[in-house]
Amino acid sequence: MRKCKEWIIEKLVFLCGMASIVFVGLIFLFLLKEGLALFATVNPLEFLAGKKWYPISEPPQMGILPLILGSLLVTVGAAVISVPIGVSCAIYIAEVAPASIKNKLKAGIELLAAIPSVVLGFIGMVTLVPWIKQLFHLPTGLTALSGSIMLAFMAMPTIVSIAEDALYSVPKSYREGALALGATHWQAIYRVIVPAASSGIVAAVMLGIGRVIGETMAVMMITGNSAVMPESILQPVRTLTATIAAEMGEAVVGSEHYFGLFAVGIVLFVISFMINVTADLFLHKNRS
Amino acid sequence: MVKFSVKKLHVWFGAAHILRGVSLDILSNEILSVIGPANSGKTTFLRMLNRLNELEPGFRMNGAIALDGADSLSEDVERLRKRIGMVFAMPLPLPLSIFDNVAYGARMHGIRKTARLQGIVEQALREAYLWDEVKDRLPTSAFNLSGGQQQRLCIARTLAVQPEVILFDEPCSGLDPISTAKVEEAMLKLKRQYTLILVTNNVKQAARVGDRTAFFLNGELIEVNKTDKIFTVPADKRTEDYIRGKFG
Repeated sequence: MRKCKEWIIEKLVFLCGMASIVFVGLIFLFLLKEGLALFATVNPLEFLAGKKWYPISEPPQMGILPLILGSLLVTVGAAVISVPIGVSCAIYIAEVAPASIKNKLKAGIELLAAIPSVVLGFIGMVTLVPWIKQLFHLPTGLTALSGSIMLAFMAMPTIVSIAEDALYSVPKSYREGALALGATHWQAIYRVIVPAASSGIVAAVMLGIGRVIGETMAVMMITGNSAVMPESILQPVRTLTATIAAEMGEAVVGSEHYFGLFAVGIVLFVISFMINVTADLFLHKNRS
Repeated sequence: MVKFSVKKLHVWFGAAHILRGVSLDILSNEILSVIGPANSGKTTFLRMLNRLNELEPGFRMNGAIALDGADSLSEDVERLRKRIGMVFAMPLPLPLSIFDNVAYGARMHGIRKTARLQGIVEQALREAYLWDEVKDRLPTSAFNLSGGQQQRLCIARTLAVQPEVILFDEPCSGLDPISTAKVEEAMLKLKRQYTLILVTNNVKQAARVGDRTAFFLNGELIEVNKTDKIFTVPADKRTEDYIRGKFG
């Protein structure tokens, strides 16, 4: 009887464990099946390098280069803003701040992570967008720059908390060793502690970027959503994610447009997968 | 000549009273061994000399420490620590090559010229009795060295900053007897140029290398004297008990 129970529980746990892998596999297969169907009619190279995204014109033009560039522009912009601030913030929390400020800052960062992206998008829309429009004398404030700034807020909590962990786990003896050689506090930080935590910091940056590139709601609200080749950061752009979210509702099931959106999904999946694998490699290197 | 003069030194960490009125003079070019059981305050005493204790939360102190007659507590702390090197219990090579490990401190203090750095590194490695063992593989990672070699590398790194005093915090606690012997040999040669203070849990080591030995117990300095006196005719019963292994 007990053996029987044991057997059932063991199998049950096994099934639950396998389920997650199976689901991921199924999702991926479904994505591939629907997405690859597009390439029966559209040349993959034209799809990736085409400069025109007119999915419902006749014949449809399915070039996602403007969308890829839109995503990259917004992501790079967000990284340029969030990485220096986030890493500096992590250094301040881990190495400089007195305990009382440290706890308040950490709570603040967690709070920032808890803001739903649609709320951030909404705030950006009513505050940042008019401001950008005024500042640069633009016809519209819905630009890649606005998206980058809002997304930087989203990447920041991830970068700060993971980088802070990495800095915190540098052995205390490294710091003492540097200080005992006559290093100033700052010399100890940038010559010993930051290099020792570098792989963790890189992983933090990658995960922050991963979060940005997959983000949909906020960018859809504030980047303007025009699927044209971006020429500057002060122009409206459309990202891969926003394209899927905006168009999936109106695409006819089984049409080229429908398959095209799945193919966009595959591209997005590959990009985030690569970013996550890179982050994982660095995290792993940190441990070994 | 008196190098360090410590007067009525009290140290607290939070509510814990770690050092209770220690007064002690340390002479130039001597090796002073500091012995005592765990929690006797000997490491805290050592870390007062280069002011590393100030990094700990809840640290408070009272008393005076003078280095060459000048108050070391009001001295610029980075300049003070440059004059007072420290070797820790666990060998602590940085994730760099052997050369860069030794050149590390010198670079930090502004020496950039390669030729000058090479000279400093070679001299420091020679003084630490490591040169012959590593001269052919200076660009390789310091992690490939054995524990004893790593510890001598840390000594060389300290020497490369050209200090006047070197603090040793149980430098051989993780080493085998042969490596220990090499580190001790290096220390005996170093005292010609430097003042050495050695905190050790190994009573025999104190007897082997110390010119004088200080015995700490519960945050108090019980006695300090020439090493052979301490080990043959200690003035205090507690010193005798500790040396004979009755407690500790």
